[in-house]
Amino acid sequence: MKQKTMQRWAPVVTAAALLLLWQLVCWLFSIADYIFPSPLTIAQAMREFAAPIAEAAWKTFWVTMLGFAIAIVVGVLLGFLVGSSRLAYAAIYPLLVGFNAVPKAALVPILIVWFGIGLGPGILTAFLISFFPITVNIATGLATLEPELEDVLRVLGAKRWDVLVKVGLPRSMPYFYASLKVAITLAFVGTVLAEMTAGDSGIGYLMQTAGSQQRMPLAFAGLVVIGVMAMTMYELFSLIEKRTTGWAHRGTQGD
Amino acid sequence: MTTSRPPFVDFDKVWLAYNDESLAQGRFAVEEISLQAAEGEFIAIVGPSGCGKSTFMKLATGLRMPSKGTIHIDGAPVTGPLKISGMSFQAPSLLPWRSTVDNVLLPLEIVEPHRSQFKARRDEYRERALRLLRTVGLAGYEDKLPHQLSGGMQQRASICRALIHEPKMLLLDEPFGALDAFTREELWCTLRDLWEAQRFNVILVTHDLRESVFLADTVYVMSRGPGRFVQRREIDLPRPRDLELTYTAAFTDLVHELRGHIGAARQASTEAAQ
Repeated sequence: MKQKTMQRWAPVVTAAALLLLWQLVCWLFSIADYIFPSPLTIAQAMREFAAPIAEAAWKTFWVTMLGFAIAIVVGVLLGFLVGSSRLAYAAIYPLLVGFNAVPKAALVPILIVWFGIGLGPGILTAFLISFFPITVNIATGLATLEPELEDVLRVLGAKRWDVLVKVGLPRSMPYFYASLKVAITLAFVGTVLAEMTAGDSGIGYLMQTAGSQQRMPLAFAGLVVIGVMAMTMYELFSLIEKRTTGWAHRGTQGD
Repeated sequence: MTTSRPPFVDFDKVWLAYNDESLAQGRFAVEEISLQAAEGEFIAIVGPSGCGKSTFMKLATGLRMPSKGTIHIDGAPVTGPLKISGMSFQAPSLLPWRSTVDNVLLPLEIVEPHRSQFKARRDEYRERALRLLRTVGLAGYEDKLPHQLSGGMQQRASICRALIHEPKMLLLDEPFGALDAFTREELWCTLRDLWEAQRFNVILVTHDLRESVFLADTVYVMSRGPGRFVQRREIDLPRPRDLELTYTAAFTDLVHELRGHIGAARQASTEAAQ
């Protein structure tokens, strides 16, 4: 029991200790705010600029969600295609790997040429950076089917589609949720990346502007906000995952 | 068993090569398999691993077509997957997200005519699955997930899944191979009771000679490389059989005799290889 309480509070304690250390370092070495702001000055900046930060955060949030939604649809469809047909796998998978290896930051200037400054590049970068893990995980889940089970079903007259729907898809659900957790954090990276290069709003734009004006506390405040948003979404998907695919996590339920 | 009725399972000089290449080279997984089983007969196929026992299962269920020879099941030539068969393997392969009863119901969601009636007759089907689970001693476990069951219980559920659509033929591929000795013997009795009550045909593939003698009417010994039947042995031990029988001289003599055939087959194949 004691061990459990300790485990629960451990992350809070480490976070607090880190903040304290940070604050102490800033005080002891009297580091200037425009180089490395202390947690307290960051908090002050957050309070001072609460309204513009909230507005920017909201913008970044829904741009990310739009890109992420597209990533889920495309990622699942592609994963389904790649995972259910050997031919599609052979034809598409190498291309996907190649595409994934391209640094997405390099695509942003191209997207700006095509879509101009504004929301387009943000949504698309968030999508492009986050669909790959979803595709790979869905495909993996579909492909790991015991040959015996397939025999059991095929002898009953099961078609490929039956096996996919009854066995493949449910089996790939834990992989799917695991990929969502990775993908959502990547999607935020994509949005911020586009906003910093080509945005006219959002947290990325706010940080870029604050940085160029040497208002470091504000830039750091943007970092904190984006971190909190990504972490909250991560935890949300983690919760959904535990609720819906508990059978795959029997070790951690402790029953 | 000397009726005029045609045999239920009829393999007539069946050969199988897994692909065109091995067919061209004359490499066969099984060679000249001939076997006749009467309706309701329990047969066992024993042999060392890799001798083509599992290939035999694929042929008997229509998942594989023979390269040469013919197979008739229930009077008709086999042309594709045979819905009248149920299969169970060494790995229970239950779906981990489905409760025990839902796992057992899975075949009914797939095989016709149950498939199209599944929604309408769901309660009736569930009742049938629960009855089956009760007969194998799984009453009270119907709503548990597979990981909450022991290995032996999972295997029982897997056999129930193979039987839920009331197949005429049950095919078991080393179904008790992964279980400890005591659980295995318990499951022999479960299978014996199911078969005594329903009298479906059973083809049991195993490398456990005691298992084959205890359960089967007829035991076929298979050799390895090429997979051929080297011996057919009728087991004339009286039924019903119970575990005490496995300690009698008659039983051990039979096991010993079969062991001799396997030894001879192995020796022959090693000599051939040299």
